[in-house]
Amino acid sequence: MSEHDISVTVNGEQHELSVEPRTLLVTALRDELGYTGANVGCETGRCGACTVRVNGEAIKSCTRLAVQADGSEIETVEGLGENGDLSALQERFQEHHGLQCGYCTPGMLVTAETFLRENDDPSREEIREAIEGNLCRCTGYQNIVDAIEATADQLGEHR
Amino acid sequence: MSDADGADSNDDGSSGAFGAAIERGEDVPLLTGDGQYTDDISLPGTTHLAIRRSDHAHARLESVDTSAAEAMDGVVAVFTGEDVVESGVPNTIPTAWDLPGLVQPQYRMLATDKVRHEGTAVAAVVAETPHAAHDALERISVEYEPLEHVTDPVEAVERDVPPVHDEAEDNVAFDFELGDSDATDEAFADADRVTSVDLRQPRIIPNAMEPRAALADWEETTEKLRLWMTSQNPHLHRMLLSAGTLGLPENRIQVIAPEVGGGFGSKIYHYPDEAVTAWCSMQLGRPVKWQATRSESYLTDCHGRDHVTTGEIALDDDGTIRGVRVETHAGLGAQLSQFGTATPSYLYATILSGQYAIPAIHCRVVGAFTNTTPVDAYRGAGRAEGIYVIERLVDVGARELEMDPAELRRRNLIQPDEFPFETAAALVYDSGEYERAMDVALEHVDYDELRERQDELREEGRYLGIGVANFVESAGLSPSGLAGDLGAQAGGWESSIVRFDSTGSVTILAGTADQGQGHRTTYAQIAAEELGLSVDDIDVVEGDTDRIPQGMGTYGSRSASVGGGSIARGAREVREKARRIAAHQLETPVDDLEFEDGEFHVTGAPDRSLHIQTIAHEAYLGHDLPEGMDPGLEETNFYDPENFTYPFGTHVAVVEVEPETGEIEIERYVAVDDCGEIINPMIVEGQVHGGIAQGIGAALYEGAAYDDEGHLETRRMDEYAVPHSTQLPEFETDSTVTPSPHNPIGVKGVGESATIAATPTMVSAVVDALEPFDVDHLDMPITPESVWRATEGDR
Repeated sequence: MSEHDISVTVNGEQHELSVEPRTLLVTALRDELGYTGANVGCETGRCGACTVRVNGEAIKSCTRLAVQADGSEIETVEGLGENGDLSALQERFQEHHGLQCGYCTPGMLVTAETFLRENDDPSREEIREAIEGNLCRCTGYQNIVDAIEATADQLGEHR
Repeated sequence: MSDADGADSNDDGSSGAFGAAIERGEDVPLLTGDGQYTDDISLPGTTHLAIRRSDHAHARLESVDTSAAEAMDGVVAVFTGEDVVESGVPNTIPTAWDLPGLVQPQYRMLATDKVRHEGTAVAAVVAETPHAAHDALERISVEYEPLEHVTDPVEAVERDVPPVHDEAEDNVAFDFELGDSDATDEAFADADRVTSVDLRQPRIIPNAMEPRAALADWEETTEKLRLWMTSQNPHLHRMLLSAGTLGLPENRIQVIAPEVGGGFGSKIYHYPDEAVTAWCSMQLGRPVKWQATRSESYLTDCHGRDHVTTGEIALDDDGTIRGVRVETHAGLGAQLSQFGTATPSYLYATILSGQYAIPAIHCRVVGAFTNTTPVDAYRGAGRAEGIYVIERLVDVGARELEMDPAELRRRNLIQPDEFPFETAAALVYDSGEYERAMDVALEHVDYDELRERQDELREEGRYLGIGVANFVESAGLSPSGLAGDLGAQAGGWESSIVRFDSTGSVTILAGTADQGQGHRTTYAQIAAEELGLSVDDIDVVEGDTDRIPQGMGTYGSRSASVGGGSIARGAREVREKARRIAAHQLETPVDDLEFEDGEFHVTGAPDRSLHIQTIAHEAYLGHDLPEGMDPGLEETNFYDPENFTYPFGTHVAVVEVEPETGEIEIERYVAVDDCGEIINPMIVEGQVHGGIAQGIGAALYEGAAYDDEGHLETRRMDEYAVPHSTQLPEFETDSTVTPSPHNPIGVKGVGESATIAATPTMVSAVVDALEPFDVDHLDMPITPESVWRATEGDR
């Protein structure tokens, strides 16, 4: 099968790679570039474990072809922390026990971080709506909502 | 202190770690994307396995032509069931639980004669890339002779259909009875009232977020198999793979469970797929990786539940429960899975007494083969199904007596001074203060006032429902001898090693295996408490059969009680050895030493002391040890508890149901759980939250279905409703603490509790709301449509 050369920037680092036209973005990120944080949970765009940010927008990377991402700026869970430290959101997830098995966590974090950029003072209902597309089978979501709410409160204090 | 089994033997060295809401150390790699799940691991030269599965529910396998697939670019090999047979390996997927009269048909890695459910593994393609492997699947030509199929467990037994297995002509795998039939008949004859309920508990698909996966690496020079896999019990997988399936001794198999993304039962089992992965690597001498797609998970991960039940309850007018009689058809699926026989028999029938003193119980369970995915334990396993039955029966009994359902429950509770309590369903409950937990739960919702509000709202045409469910759970199946008497082919013990090194840090090697429960933190807290250390001094290793010699694994709410119990006992043995070294070096009798904050000091002379970490160094130097003592400071512990533990509690749900639309609004959800001593309240609460979510999911949203062709209708995540964030309420949790008297640390376990409780609680709430419409019961999942239909005509 013919391959296409594409160029993407992932967490600030530029990569050139050749992919089959059918290769999904999540597959390229995981298998070609080694960003294994984003996980594959359903292949149907339902679970959100593969969520990454493409040009600032949180998307499910199993619903996009790698070739469609040519020239894009991509941010994954690996890029959330700063200088080896956890981000505020990551810290709140740990503090509020917002993860158990951790499989949905990379996608959940990217979705939540993107949401908080758009709405820095959300209600709990708004938080629940924002993460509706990210399934978690372990936590029942409440501690995730707590963690996101606490992050927003913390960011609010710095405003 | 030498009594390693005393429930309150915390000596005097308390570090304060036990009981603290300590953040989980294991979170960091999971938050940064560094956590390594099976599919994240790659070995040089890895090939990829894809499995061709039957799209028939029931058919004779006429031929499998692999030639076109073999000729494709990138394909390394294609194997059929005949190839596995010819390789001479034992080729059996064994069940791990026998029952009297059990029919145990052949269960092979790849089908050879028939396919018995949609998704049966028929052929295996190994290729250089996942794409090439999946492309080649479509080029395998399989010819079938379709047979009539059956997916319902009652029909399987009662209708004249071709048997799933020739060995069981009537599709009955077992016909199981528990309890005293005559005494139960007598109780029913004597009672003032008898009422009943017919109910179905639909199939649940576990939906661990990480689909199953395996990476096998057969090393030809050493003839050793390394197998990374999504396992809740790597040692059990090693055992079942070794003799029954691959014909290798255990010491030539290393099973590694890296990060595992949820299990809920589904990753306990020894499935054909992981075995095929290993076998392919052994044929090819190359690493082979298999990663299930979500659809494969839906078709092959063992489903849960699938019960069709008639329950009857005999009551006196004053509310005394005289007896319970239950008859269940349990769907087992097309093959006997590992614990598929134990779950609907012993784990189910024995819990039918619930929290109540019921003098007579009888239960019959017909285990039926059907042309469906095998059924096995799903979170709550057996206990969930049993508690659901007794709680529904108490609710319909309350309707019959026109008595408040909470009051009927209260009148029949086993009282604290009656423990240990032997039920009419053959269990001995360890300890409980059922009424206390129930009171706490009812106070949270202000129960009496809530009932008044319910009456007022009904006047306005609004339908509030209050659901109350009491549960008790048999957790941590044990002791091994009892399990063996009941048919288990594995033990009920757990094993661990508590090891100081010469720098004074501690490594715990535990035979359980985490899939998100936070063992690394919880176990460190247990050991820190016993050894007077900080949790930061302690490292916990799980999930590798070469590093951890023995273990049974994580299922049945056993890790904290049995695994944690083993660690506490091992830590106490280590502490006692350290005490003898301290006594020797401080030249004082052993009994003169006190232990505090990790330090042994002479009574009345606090400056004459030695820290346990210093003693560890001395133990490995070995220069100055008591006469006859071996060097080193570590203990291997096998803990075989004397009984199950029995967590319990009461959950209450308040809902408002809109009969016009069928909509169910969850107003409040209160959970009061008693899991004995609490090691880490944050983690316990997390287990309760997740358990409630799965219980509510079963009650309102989930449920797998087969169509008329025997095809699974719910085969993708957009067809099966795993609850999302806006479908669940805020949970209000509380706890009471009734220690288990026989567990070394007093814990009872909490992994499955809330799932067991939440399902009957939610159903009870919705049915309660619909009392004005004379609805006594609705089967799960209770959707807006089922509410709407049930109230049709009365609206």
